[in-house]
Amino acid sequence: MTTDIVLNIAYVDKSFSGLHALKDVNLQVEKGKTHAIIGPNGAGKSTLLNVCIGRLAPDRGTVTFNGEVITGKSAHEINQAGVVRVFQTPEIFHDLTVLENVMIPALATRDGSFKLNPFVRMDAETDILREAEQALEEMNLLEKKHMHAATMSRGDKRRLELAMGLVQHPQLFLLDEPTAGMSRADTNATIASLQHIKERGMTKVIIEHDMQVVFSLADKISVLAQGQIIAEGTPDEIRGDPRVQEAYLGGTHHE
Amino acid sequence: MFSLSRNDKLLMLGFTAVVLLAPLWLQPFGAGYPDLLQKFAIFGLFAVGYNILFGLTGYLSFGHAAFLGVGSYTAVWSFKLLSLNVIPAVILATLLAGLFAVVIGFLSLRRSGIYFAILTLAFAQMSYKLAYSVLTPITNGETGLRVLRDDPRIIDNMLGATHEGSPIGTLFGIGMQGYAAFYFSAIILILGFYISVLIFRSPFGLKLRAIKSNQNRMQYTGYNTRPYLLWAFVISGMYAGMAGSLLAVTDPLAGAERMQWTASGEVVLMTILGGTGTLLGPIIGAALIKYSENIFSAFNESALHEAFSFLPGFIENFLVTIIHPFVGEGWHLTLGALFMIIVIFLPGGLMDGMSRIARRWQARKQRSEEADSSQGEG
Repeated sequence: MTTDIVLNIAYVDKSFSGLHALKDVNLQVEKGKTHAIIGPNGAGKSTLLNVCIGRLAPDRGTVTFNGEVITGKSAHEINQAGVVRVFQTPEIFHDLTVLENVMIPALATRDGSFKLNPFVRMDAETDILREAEQALEEMNLLEKKHMHAATMSRGDKRRLELAMGLVQHPQLFLLDEPTAGMSRADTNATIASLQHIKERGMTKVIIEHDMQVVFSLADKISVLAQGQIIAEGTPDEIRGDPRVQEAYLGGTHHE
Repeated sequence: MFSLSRNDKLLMLGFTAVVLLAPLWLQPFGAGYPDLLQKFAIFGLFAVGYNILFGLTGYLSFGHAAFLGVGSYTAVWSFKLLSLNVIPAVILATLLAGLFAVVIGFLSLRRSGIYFAILTLAFAQMSYKLAYSVLTPITNGETGLRVLRDDPRIIDNMLGATHEGSPIGTLFGIGMQGYAAFYFSAIILILGFYISVLIFRSPFGLKLRAIKSNQNRMQYTGYNTRPYLLWAFVISGMYAGMAGSLLAVTDPLAGAERMQWTASGEVVLMTILGGTGTLLGPIIGAALIKYSENIFSAFNESALHEAFSFLPGFIENFLVTIIHPFVGEGWHLTLGALFMIIVIFLPGGLMDGMSRIARRWQARKQRSEEADSSQGEG
């Protein structure tokens, strides 16, 4: 049973000068499952992801990935181990083309964290090119591959982020509000492509505000409120949980 | 490995032709003589290397003249101790400058942005001061290091080679003076440019550009960015060392003023003026700055009076008073003004300007063609 746990967050505690962002958080993510973390704004969801990818060091507790402790490792080591994150605000390479944006992560997966190859031609890297184009195709961005990343719409930038993550074939894919700021049509298209990835058995952790996205993708949902996990279960269990209604789902009706 | 795309082959071919034929086509501009041509080639090489660091990674080094100086001193020492042949001098200078760059880069690259610039500036100024003080036995202080007739020159002596007259660098018997020296520098510039094209088109070059764009994201994408930056720094330091050795090849005397911060600043100006991050821009910038230095610093007051002598006396005097501070010793004022104009109106440098003109011209052509065709329909 324990061998099936890909990500194990154990007793993670984090404070920012007076704000207790995460209180003894415990979370297990099973292999091949899509685990959603929901909760009101400021609940600590993004902080939790930042701890997982080494952007923040927890005050206490450990994060274990595939049986290996990753707390304290640098960001590039965690990525090379197979944990890939998609950012909430698009963190893309604005000065490069869309295709180059996807080729960079593809090269990272193939070449490792450092490789000196100044005398090889980029246009001779046909494998990398094919992989990148495939990832762009999945996100419906292939026709825009020669565009400058900076000139894309916000929705396209989010999808480019997803393509950059996918091309690395992550063992654990962390998605921080992948559909935030997207139009309804874009959101539906993104859900469809995420469902498509789900069939490939990729383990995912997804943070999302949009309940439609959560309930159509998640196998398991954890509810985070004020830095604590207050409920955990299948989508049906969570929908029926009165505490969740109060802390989160109820709150959305007032907005 | 080492292959180029069709377009890049054409670029290389054109570049080679332009450089090798420079004595001919620069003649009408009054620049077709070896002394100035050598400067174009040497500082072009310096700027090409600098652009690999600044243009690709965006890291602004203010201390690259230190590597130029190391290269010059190493080359002169190679002339003194080993041989007057320029090949070992160039190779040793490049390697030693690279070694220097490993140390300075390792320390400076712990910081980025303005702090990196300040650190490199501090290291370069330290090297400059050391060359004048503690390191005098190696650098010969203010007098400068020169090649003497009775230097040991182990390799030359072993081979029984003798030199008559004042010792100058040679390439298997060809004295490195005049056009021979220019063509030697030109061939190294062409090789350096070729390597820079390879780097620009490689995955390594793409990763460097991505670091410039968003270094944080690179780390979350699985890259350890520090060794990439260090290699870019070392490669550009080696180019600087090679350029420094060529300065010693064409004039076997090395002085510490080559390491001063003004020299470091000059290569920044060359790169920005021509177009940071473009392949040809830095070379154009280097040539333009060296050319203007040559023109403007040659003028003096009497030359100005002569130039404006066709005008009425008071206008002549007025113009000379205005222009005089900008020429001769004060030519840096002209350079400063030129630099400001470029940075304000053409932040992408001259290469950017050229592509803008090309685009506008193309658009106009297209419009006139459309107008023609609509007239035809009417």
